[in-house]
Amino acid sequence: MGDVFKALADPTRRTILDELADRDDQTLFEICGRLAMKHQLASTRQAVSQHLDVLEAAGLIDVRREGRYKFHSLNRRPLEHIADRWLERS
Amino acid sequence: MRIYVTSVLVDDQAKALAFYTETLGFVKKNDIPLGEASWLTVVSPDDPDGTELLLEPDGHPAAKPFKAALVADGIPLTSFAVDDVDAEYERLRALGVRFTQPPTAMGPTTTAVFDDTCGNLIQIVHVAAA
Repeated sequence: MGDVFKALADPTRRTILDELADRDDQTLFEICGRLAMKHQLASTRQAVSQHLDVLEAAGLIDVRREGRYKFHSLNRRPLEHIADRWLERS
Repeated sequence: MRIYVTSVLVDDQAKALAFYTETLGFVKKNDIPLGEASWLTVVSPDDPDGTELLLEPDGHPAAKPFKAALVADGIPLTSFAVDDVDAEYERLRALGVRFTQPPTAMGPTTTAVFDDTCGNLIQIVHVAAA
């Protein structure tokens, strides 16, 4: 499991999570399109793919293969652990 | 010089002709036998003298890995203009077409991406009037 905080430290990776919060099951093409069209982030496809690898290693996204397609979805569980650690008051 | 034809690489010309005409709504323009395959093109009924789409066999050994890599990353091979992406999405879904991206607005542009059943993803697009 990669470091959640390191994964969240990059602004482009946070923007990717923002866009995945909008809808599950996005292809690499859709994520690149959203970054370029909605955020004027002209990252290369390879760079976005590497960002997705970091997010997946940190458990922040789930990658699902369905037939010949590959879809990415936000996984909020690591963020809930952060909330449990510091925001839970008993 | 002008662009009169563009192509999609299809795994089966007969299946492709059925999908591109019966499902998408294009009409056959040319079907000229050339050895094992045909010079098989379709056009939009809205623009029968416009650019033709060649349904080209993907028999070259490089074609299939190329297509598979594009599909895995969700990348459409080409893009068609429609009046209303949302309406076209509903129409095609009712016909059983599989979308990898439902209609998504990105600024003034709305796009969706579907599987053409012949090994390609295709994007449809409209741009909102200003």
